[in-house]
Amino acid sequence: MSEATATGQQHPLKLYFAIWILLFVLSAASYATDFLDHGFVRWGLILLFMTLKAGFIIAIFMHMRWERLALIYAILGPPVVLLVLIGLMAVEGEYTELTRLDFFSAPLVPAGHEAAH
Amino acid sequence: MAHSETVTAAGSNEPGWQGIVTDWSADKQTFQVPWGKAMMWIFLLSDTFIFSCFLTGYMNVRVSTPVPWPNPSEVFGLNVFGVDVPLLLIGIMTFVLITSSGTMALAVNYGYRRDRGRAAALMFITAAFGAIFVGMQAFEWSKLIIEEGIRPWGNPMGASQFGATFFMITGFHGLHVSAGVAYLTIVAMKVLRGDYERRGYEIVEIAGLYWHFVDLVWVFIFAFFYLW
Repeated sequence: MSEATATGQQHPLKLYFAIWILLFVLSAASYATDFLDHGFVRWGLILLFMTLKAGFIIAIFMHMRWERLALIYAILGPPVVLLVLIGLMAVEGEYTELTRLDFFSAPLVPAGHEAAH
Repeated sequence: MAHSETVTAAGSNEPGWQGIVTDWSADKQTFQVPWGKAMMWIFLLSDTFIFSCFLTGYMNVRVSTPVPWPNPSEVFGLNVFGVDVPLLLIGIMTFVLITSSGTMALAVNYGYRRDRGRAAALMFITAAFGAIFVGMQAFEWSKLIIEEGIRPWGNPMGASQFGATFFMITGFHGLHVSAGVAYLTIVAMKVLRGDYERRGYEIVEIAGLYWHFVDLVWVFIFAFFYLW
């Protein structure tokens, strides 16, 4: 049986090998998304494989699954506020792009090669 | 479902919400883990914020530029025997890091079994994979800087912000891997010498937490920077 005891996290080796193989499979799958066209299917799969990999690493390899809730929520709770930052910066980025398109609608060429205006 | 049987003060190891209330409210230690492990988790939490800010900054500049973003699939592709393979080096680096995560997990397991020879050996192997990863990154950087002409302030393929975000994010991650290689090597040597025979082998798990975190960050960098 898996258990977290006073002597530390001790779990069967079989579990680690299973997760290890799973991580290899998920890595291969996320690498394979590179052969898809850009679009919602590709982005969805990238996010799916990323979330699964991150989840297995945290839950099993970092033993979070067997920790007490007091620790789990103290560590996994705070990063949730980052979603606010990400949301704000996405909105801000869109706004900046629109502003740039509005004010600098010169031909779009790589930096350093712009025509003088 | 396995129950946590962590070190507890008498009568305070209830599971669930009742456990949270007891752990946080009682006049005692909140986290029932070795202090080093709690501090490592808190450090990793702070590091999560740093990397998230970097990735959010990258998202912001990528969204805001009207210039097309260079296609990472091509920029990081390699030509092997006349065939262009997209993201080849990055794919291999990903597998190297996953492999090292596995050996680290095994090292933690053998540490708690007090098999210090195997634990140390697996930690040295983990550190070696980390060194290989950094070496491949050095190769990647040299290629991009010397052959492709990518600079933090511009590049020939597209949006000039590409270089700045790339060097900052992968550089900061590479720095973490390098620090991890040094950390694992030092701990492994102490494990081998028997320094932890009396204190116990939590230190291997704590070092392992750091190493798995480095792998975890790479999962996000791989998804958002290289694949997106």
